[in-house]
Amino acid sequence: MPTKQTFAEVFQSRGLSRRDFLKFCSLTSVSLGLAPSMLPKVVHAMETKPRTPVIWLHGLECTCCTESFIRSSHPLVGDMVMNMISLDYDDTLSAAAGHQLEEVRKKIMKEYYGKYILAVEGNIPTKDNGVYCMVGGDSFLNVVRETAAGAAAIIAWGACASFGCVQNAKPNPTGAKPVAEVISDKPIVKVPGCPPIAEVMTGVITHVHTFGKLPELDRMGRPKAFYGTRIHDKCYRRAFYDAGMFVRGFDEESTRKGWCLYKMGCKGPTTYNSCSKIQWNGGTSFPIGSGHPCIGCSEPGFWDNGPFYTRLADVSFLGTDTTADKIGMVAVGAAAAGAAAHATVTAIKKKQHDKESEQ
Amino acid sequence: MASKIVVDPIPRIEGHLRIEAKMNDSNVIEEAYSTGTMWRGIEVILKGRDPRDAWAFAERICGVCTTVHALASVRCVEDALGIEIPPNARIIRNLMNATQQTQDHLVHFYHLHALDWVDVVSALKADPKQASDIAQSISPWPKSSVGYFRDLQQRLVAFVESGQLGIFSNGYWGHPAYKLPPEVNLIAVAHYLEALDFQKEIVKIQTVFGGKNPHPNYVVGGMACAIDPNSDTAINIERLAMIRKIIDDTQAFIDQVYIPDLIAIAGFYKEWLHGGGLGNYMSYGDFPETTLDDYKTLLWPRGVILNKDLSTVLDVDPRDLTQIREEIGHSWYTYTKGSDKGLHPWEGETNPNYTGPQPPFEFLDTDKQYSWLKTPRWKDHPVEVGPLARVLVAYAKGDPMIKETVGMVLGKLQVGPEALFSTLGRTAARGIECKQTAGFMGHFYDQLVANVKAGDYRTFNSERWEPSTWPNECKGFGYTEAPRGSLGHWIRIKDEKIDEYQIVVPSTWNASPRDNRGNSGAYEAALKGTPMVDPSKPLEILRTVHSFDPCLACASHLFDMNGNEITRVTIV
Repeated sequence: MPTKQTFAEVFQSRGLSRRDFLKFCSLTSVSLGLAPSMLPKVVHAMETKPRTPVIWLHGLECTCCTESFIRSSHPLVGDMVMNMISLDYDDTLSAAAGHQLEEVRKKIMKEYYGKYILAVEGNIPTKDNGVYCMVGGDSFLNVVRETAAGAAAIIAWGACASFGCVQNAKPNPTGAKPVAEVISDKPIVKVPGCPPIAEVMTGVITHVHTFGKLPELDRMGRPKAFYGTRIHDKCYRRAFYDAGMFVRGFDEESTRKGWCLYKMGCKGPTTYNSCSKIQWNGGTSFPIGSGHPCIGCSEPGFWDNGPFYTRLADVSFLGTDTTADKIGMVAVGAAAAGAAAHATVTAIKKKQHDKESEQ
Repeated sequence: MASKIVVDPIPRIEGHLRIEAKMNDSNVIEEAYSTGTMWRGIEVILKGRDPRDAWAFAERICGVCTTVHALASVRCVEDALGIEIPPNARIIRNLMNATQQTQDHLVHFYHLHALDWVDVVSALKADPKQASDIAQSISPWPKSSVGYFRDLQQRLVAFVESGQLGIFSNGYWGHPAYKLPPEVNLIAVAHYLEALDFQKEIVKIQTVFGGKNPHPNYVVGGMACAIDPNSDTAINIERLAMIRKIIDDTQAFIDQVYIPDLIAIAGFYKEWLHGGGLGNYMSYGDFPETTLDDYKTLLWPRGVILNKDLSTVLDVDPRDLTQIREEIGHSWYTYTKGSDKGLHPWEGETNPNYTGPQPPFEFLDTDKQYSWLKTPRWKDHPVEVGPLARVLVAYAKGDPMIKETVGMVLGKLQVGPEALFSTLGRTAARGIECKQTAGFMGHFYDQLVANVKAGDYRTFNSERWEPSTWPNECKGFGYTEAPRGSLGHWIRIKDEKIDEYQIVVPSTWNASPRDNRGNSGAYEAALKGTPMVDPSKPLEILRTVHSFDPCLACASHLFDMNGNEITRVTIV
């Protein structure tokens, strides 16, 4: 086995101070949304653990996940690939090519059997013996199966690997499947979104490495830290929703005042993601913040959930259906009643949550 | 005896590309074959959907050149529906597109291409003092002290000593084709890391207007972001100031890091002038100052150059059924009216028909069909698209700004314009274009501010938003110059739904297989005649292929004009 360095050792050999190291740990904790009391644990992990090998495979995809990943502001991706993980195989960044690149994958699979992380970006086409995506003369389907065998865990990047995304939209001509429909014997963390938010992606990796285990997942397999609430719940335009003040068209007075985009088709009320909290590109904005309705890109089957600019016909909150018209009528009739209707939904959600916790 | 090599997978590109090459006894490439090994079938998925949603599907064709497919898509729908967008929307789109091109070129140079010229391991041997001297002699960029380079070198040493080389594992380090001194390698590695940090700042311009990056939001009819200097949630002075700063920082990074590095690195390789290839170049042009049909106002001009003849720039009309046609003689498709002739995108079809070997396989039969890419041709000519094509068309048309920048770069390298017809010329043209486009960003910003100052806040035209205002049947064409070259979207709309949609993308032009007359595509032609120092480490192939900045997700999107059923697929 090659010599493996811990984060602390890497920092030390880089001539960086203990203070720099602690600052790095602190930033990492913040990016993971951890309480300050967890900091010592992060520090301990970074002092004692070597860099985890990561094999990052690309299937049928557009590479938006990788592009998002390199946008991470904390931690910086330069730091992540130099100091936090060992990104030994990645189509987008690897120096090696052809059989030399395949050698790296095989070497990691052997030397780190049971210890490496497999990250998958994209769908796996399964129709016609997998000829719709071929890598190194083999089908991507075979490559994923082979590489998954020795993985400690799998990270399914983005809507593609998590749920399906655009190739998998009707009628799915290549038989494109998410990872979980091909690999069933490994723990899989789903990180949906088209793409996922950069800091969510780096946060998931840091969590796994720091704590040596997967982050707590919801029933859909998504990390609760990032997919625990709906975009709507933390949206800064929420007050306008509650007050029944809706944008009815782009570039109107209501648009310039930032009213709620719900009636422009916003899928924020049914989409679980951190967009309204962490926001995008170092907290610069998020779709609703720039005047466009959320298209729900982190939800399963979002491409087939109706036209993007049509308001939701049925808003389903954990099994409780409330039609859009009902919400609209309530909102128009009395803002307070609208808020109450919403509070009810939240209450139902809370009840459900409590019930789940008891189980 | 001739030998054959295969490079698959090819990293540091978007998507899945394979190159097979035949070499003669002296290890010179005699023939090369370019294969796209993925097909996503989005065409079938788009049919029957709301044309106002098309941009979001189309944008997911590519996340590296995100934005460009969304832009071409809204443009083709607007063309079909006769929508004229407000000036602010045009300016914002131009700014977002320029942002894309600038960031994309920067990432390409440092993260996708540099390692073909830069030996990371050699940097360990560099003298930080000398590296500092060199850096300070070529640029005023402040991060150039001895301490800075020494610290970086220590980081690299620690990284290598950890035994976990990560993305640098198994590179061709020490390959004799690497020519840079250790100090220049160290500078390049420093800027690899700096550019990785900095590129994420540039795209924030797209986030301001489009809400996120990758995949910012567009809307048919204009832009969804509202402008109001007196609103706390619209584009106001804080947002504008942020954009201004990003533009300034971007221009500084390009002028003080990218261009000096490009010249410094190219200076050590100016004897390596392989990879010229076709000598035919095409640009649709982009960055309209008025409407898209007013070609004369495009800041990047339109035209075709044949046989390296810079004295004549020919007109190109993507709406003309006789000019652009896609052939499938060497692609895994069939055409219902005969697979032996090309079809214009308005008349095109996409019936996948995989006839290659079943995986796993060693070689493809390159005499028959060997790619998921089609073969687009302009008036039967194979043409190269991308930064070199744009720069040459602008240069041949006498654009004063481009002549100045080209003159500056060639002058510093002490080479003539003929050096542009090479792999290195392609790489240099990308840098030249990046500088020019970053200059446009400032121009667009000034235009936007002037409009807002004059009280024009409009960003959207709502006249044709409701489908009830649309004709029963219509068709449109939308184009853009994406970072990798000319991109066209063709749409037909019927009864408020997408009836047909076809795209011809840059990497299909460049990475296409042989055409029906046996002519090579741009990659194939460029690789021909390249000597290989060590065929088991095909660094030279990577150099030339990377100089085109391949994007295979784009190239293999393949939208279907006729909505032919995929059930027609027959697997041999």
